[in-house]
Amino acid sequence: MSNAIERIQSAITGNKICIFMKGTPNFPQCGFSAATVQIFEHLGVPYGTVDVLSDPEVRDQVKAYSNWPTIPQVYIDGKFVGGCDIIRELYETGELQTMVKPASGQPAAR
Amino acid sequence: MMNVQDLKALIERGLPGAYVEVRDMTGGGDHFEALVVSDRFEGKGLVERHQVVYAALGDAMREAVHALALKTLTPAQHQTRR
Repeated sequence: MSNAIERIQSAITGNKICIFMKGTPNFPQCGFSAATVQIFEHLGVPYGTVDVLSDPEVRDQVKAYSNWPTIPQVYIDGKFVGGCDIIRELYETGELQTMVKPASGQPAAR
Repeated sequence: MMNVQDLKALIERGLPGAYVEVRDMTGGGDHFEALVVSDRFEGKGLVERHQVVYAALGDAMREAVHALALKTLTPAQHQTRR
């Protein structure tokens, strides 16, 4: 059984886009998680999710890991990008579209 | 439970000189929206800006506040958006 930090790291490294959220994409349990997932759905890019409600240890640890007090949290290319507000803002400015473009595994063009 | 004045005071204490607007979105004292304008955001990315505000809120963010929609602007950005 891996510890919570290992589970967080493997989710981040295993997915170009990794969303720590409450619930699942089909059954989000929080409006902010739902809104975040919807943006990536709208962009039509693949993403991985971790349901923090089903893993209380990860829910607790990811906040310290990212130095971020709330869920959802989005990682792209292994880098913490932000929560719902920031994702929305990056989407509105078009930056998010650029960040998710490069092929899986390649660093995002900046 | 928090009120708009408490939240505003906490942010202002952590970011002296900042312009802060806070709105209670539901009236329930746990879903807020805040606009923070500070020259301390200059040269910082969005993640760092939000972290500065979260740091100012400290335990309040972890306990009393369920959700805080944040808009963080530098004085120059605030000028151009008006």
